[in-house]
Amino acid sequence: MPAREGTYGLIAEFDNPSDLVRAAKQARQDGWRRMDCYTPFPVEEAAEAIGFHRNSVPLITLIGGLMGCAAMFSLETWINVLAYPLNIAGRPLYSWPAFVVPAYEWTILWAGLSACFGMLALNGLPALYHPLFNAPNFRDGASTDKFFLCLEALDPKFDLTAAKAYLESFQPLSVVEVEY
Amino acid sequence: MATSDIKTSNPGVDPKTGEFRVIGPGQTFRSVTEKITRIVLTPHTPLGWFALFAIAGGGATMLMVAVVWLFLKGVGIWAISQPVAWGFAIINFVWWIGIGHAGTLISAILLLFKQGWRNSINRFAEAMTIFAVVCAGLFPLIHVGRPWLGYWLLPLPYTMTVWPQFRSPLLWDVFAVSTYATISVVFWYMGMIPDFGTMRDRAQTRLAQYVYGMLSVGWRGSTRHWMRYETASLLLAGLATPLVLSVHTVISFDFAVAVLPGWHTTIFPPYFVAGAIYSGFAMVLTLAIPLRKFYHLEALVTERHIDNMGKVMLATGFIVAYGYGMEAFMAWYSADHWEAFTFWNRAFGPMGWSYWVLIFCNLVFPLTTLWSRKLRTNISFMFLISIVVNTGMWFERFVIVVTSLYRDFLPSSWGTYRATKWDYMTYVGTLGLFTALFMLFVRFLPMIPMNEIRLMLPSAKITPKATTKAGD
Repeated sequence: MPAREGTYGLIAEFDNPSDLVRAAKQARQDGWRRMDCYTPFPVEEAAEAIGFHRNSVPLITLIGGLMGCAAMFSLETWINVLAYPLNIAGRPLYSWPAFVVPAYEWTILWAGLSACFGMLALNGLPALYHPLFNAPNFRDGASTDKFFLCLEALDPKFDLTAAKAYLESFQPLSVVEVEY
Repeated sequence: MATSDIKTSNPGVDPKTGEFRVIGPGQTFRSVTEKITRIVLTPHTPLGWFALFAIAGGGATMLMVAVVWLFLKGVGIWAISQPVAWGFAIINFVWWIGIGHAGTLISAILLLFKQGWRNSINRFAEAMTIFAVVCAGLFPLIHVGRPWLGYWLLPLPYTMTVWPQFRSPLLWDVFAVSTYATISVVFWYMGMIPDFGTMRDRAQTRLAQYVYGMLSVGWRGSTRHWMRYETASLLLAGLATPLVLSVHTVISFDFAVAVLPGWHTTIFPPYFVAGAIYSGFAMVLTLAIPLRKFYHLEALVTERHIDNMGKVMLATGFIVAYGYGMEAFMAWYSADHWEAFTFWNRAFGPMGWSYWVLIFCNLVFPLTTLWSRKLRTNISFMFLISIVVNTGMWFERFVIVVTSLYRDFLPSSWGTYRATKWDYMTYVGTLGLFTALFMLFVRFLPMIPMNEIRLMLPSAKITPKATTKAGD
């Protein structure tokens, strides 16, 4: 990890999602890789444009769900067969059909918690600080009605003046340098 | 249908489809954001809010009094006894859980079916779910008699080395309801994270910025985040859908697994689920209609929403009607003396009036009137019908619980049931608690999901530009 000082990147502000997607697509085509879009609502086309196609939230959810199912089913079996066997109207101790219901609920419980917390973990959230919030126009727009493209300084192509001119060529509302 | 006359006269109608618009015309990203955040971030709480909160808080206080007295004296202060050992507590439990189900249906099932119109109402429907589950969960806990031993329900390794018995539907209930509560909270909170980001950025006071900043967990709207977020939302919706169906199914097992005539029926799971959604949509209407008026949200919660909810109620109402019909049919077709008697006793016994209240409130009144589009978009009428259906669904649970129990196999053990003032105080008290929680929600949290509303505006559409690109 490089030292956290100096320039984080440049953000260009757009008025509508179409301009943002167009710019992001072009930047990707021109070889930019360390970049991201910031929008007030999910814009799938922007993800396509920056080449972000797949994520591992479904896999985490699946693993969580299977673990929940296995955990509850084995717990029930252990309790009702080994730890505390009870004769309930002569039914077998290992009454697996009855065990299905709690195991089903825990599958959903663990899968759901994995989906939410897995998503947050992959996103690196909660995060108490992010350099983008230093940009003067970011907070007013990014969560309301403006669309941002950020070229990050970590990209090998990044050169402050050249990148600034490059972003200006998309005719954004503004281009702002973001400090760490 | 008489759509043409509405089409020409009403600006809320989309001339292309003849349907009411999901969002009123002329809204922009900023205008919807401001409309929704202003309700929360304003320093001026409307006086009406205080008045209603005081009334609701009074109800919640009454609940506290009733519960404290219950803990001091025991469940004997309620009317439950032999043969009616399950009274108001179980009725209210099932009723409240059922109300919660519509919230999950709106937020999960309609999301999977890509029903965009749900976006305006899903947040407060989810909030309704959570507060309804809070009220519902209270009842079994205080009904166990020794609530301080409630943790015995959980498989915990404590020193007595006694473990729960997993063949009982009552234990399945513990897992179904606790999972439902947890997943509903997670879904609700996750849905609010981006909106908390907006609130953080628009808050004026230091405290609000701090609190919403913490709640937003540092959300910044990155596209990569959004995509994972959308995946997680869809997955949670996909998980909540079978969950919501399973919860009321498991609750119906509490009855259906018993051998009691009137409870021991296979129609119970689907009929409980449909009834839950029926009453839940009624409650969404009960809440949405005053809210949109009070906070002037007519452009976001439009006639289209009211109309669609009316249609869902019509559909689920007919499933419920089928359930009632099937109960009557099976009472005759099973050729079982006890089944037949239970049904006869339900309709014509000493408590038969409750059965006819239910038939009127759930079938006769709504299922004859909800056909009419004119009535479905008549706001006062829909408010009335929501109250009627909620009443009817409460009576449905009353009929199931009480009229199945009070006259069982042996006439010598027949009894009756008359709720005590503590029963009523507890029930009315949960209505107060629910309303109080809901009032706090509309005051402090964004009650309409802004990010989803923005997505529905025409300006959110991506248009490939034919003009020459400036970057070329």
